[in-house]
Amino acid sequence: MEELISLAVKAIFVENMALAFFLGMCSFLAVSKKVETAIGLGAAVVFVVGLCTPLSNLVYTYILKEGALVWLSEDYATVDLSFLNFLSFIGLIAATVQVVEMAIDKFAPALYSALGVFLPLIAVNCAILGSALFMVERDYTLVESTVFGLGSGLGFMLAIIALAAIREKMRYSDVPEGLRGLGITFIVTGLMAIGFMSFAGIQL
Amino acid sequence: MSTSNKQVLLDPLFDNNPIALQVLGICSALAVTTKMETAVVMSIAVVAVMALSNLSVSILRNFIPPSIRIIVQLTIIASLVIVTDQILKAFLFETSKQLSVFVGLIITNCIVMGRAEAFAMQNGPVASLIDGVGNGLGYGLVLLFVGFFRELFGSGTLFGVTVMPLASEGGWYLPNGLMVLSPAAFFLIAIFIWFVRVWKPEQVTED
Repeated sequence: MEELISLAVKAIFVENMALAFFLGMCSFLAVSKKVETAIGLGAAVVFVVGLCTPLSNLVYTYILKEGALVWLSEDYATVDLSFLNFLSFIGLIAATVQVVEMAIDKFAPALYSALGVFLPLIAVNCAILGSALFMVERDYTLVESTVFGLGSGLGFMLAIIALAAIREKMRYSDVPEGLRGLGITFIVTGLMAIGFMSFAGIQL
Repeated sequence: MSTSNKQVLLDPLFDNNPIALQVLGICSALAVTTKMETAVVMSIAVVAVMALSNLSVSILRNFIPPSIRIIVQLTIIASLVIVTDQILKAFLFETSKQLSVFVGLIITNCIVMGRAEAFAMQNGPVASLIDGVGNGLGYGLVLLFVGFFRELFGSGTLFGVTVMPLASEGGWYLPNGLMVLSPAAFFLIAIFIWFVRVWKPEQVTED
């Protein structure tokens, strides 16, 4: 249990998807003009990444990993399909996003209109494919990858809401002309990353 | 090369840079720029994937049903990235270890997808190929700019060759530790954007 908490804290703060690995940067910068929309996107990411990482883990352990197909027949003990990682994960993510979109539309129309635009965008959010690939690289178990997925989603949400809040305040600042918009946003993100680095030394 | 093709190739370098103006593909760009070597390998990989994906999407554009075009594009891109990854593992194993998951993340690199959707779906194969190369180079340019300063000031080397001898090894240069860490990449990109926008003021955005 302690290990799982430590893993979650690590995923949210120390190895923050957006600020330490630069994943999901495109939507991070594009959808952070208002706090409200940032919350919408953040919630959608938490949901999809929390679902996709354990699903990818299942696909990897039972289909792609070397010798994973043994449950079909003993003859497949040497089959190694791990080169199909990228293709199957991206397909899985796109399919999940599609299903989630339809389900939310059917059962929670209010939530759908709030998330609406962001759901399709998420299929190409690197944070989601990124956490699936990190999961493979670090050999997480099913439980660990669920915790890791939720943690990295929450970390992304935290970072994007914080950035959106800063950008809302920044509208009143006098920024040099060439830096307005994108330039200053990069600098703010850099400063936030420095802030998040202070979590790095935490031992749990 | 005709004027329009030349324009398609050169536009993305400064006038319509994918990172500095279109805000695409920043995701995988920054983590690989602590060293020139990884930045160069990453740029080449992106140029290759973009050129080929634009070419194949453009050839198939009249056969792709609009309703499933996203998944078709993703499949084409993912297959090309798998090939790239396997080639890197075969010939540049050490570098591919350093790039770790970031080669795979070319798939979700918005530039590749964005250009396939915005350009290759409407234009012929040759123009699309050139557009892919141009945008790949525009992306590579930013990567190399960031990589150059991060490696030079962070560890005093370029391509692993010592340029400024470090104080810890009897030289004179005290490395700037910030350069190796992630925030430096953000600052350098901001500076790059600032330069480009001072040079070409029409790119300045309000807000």
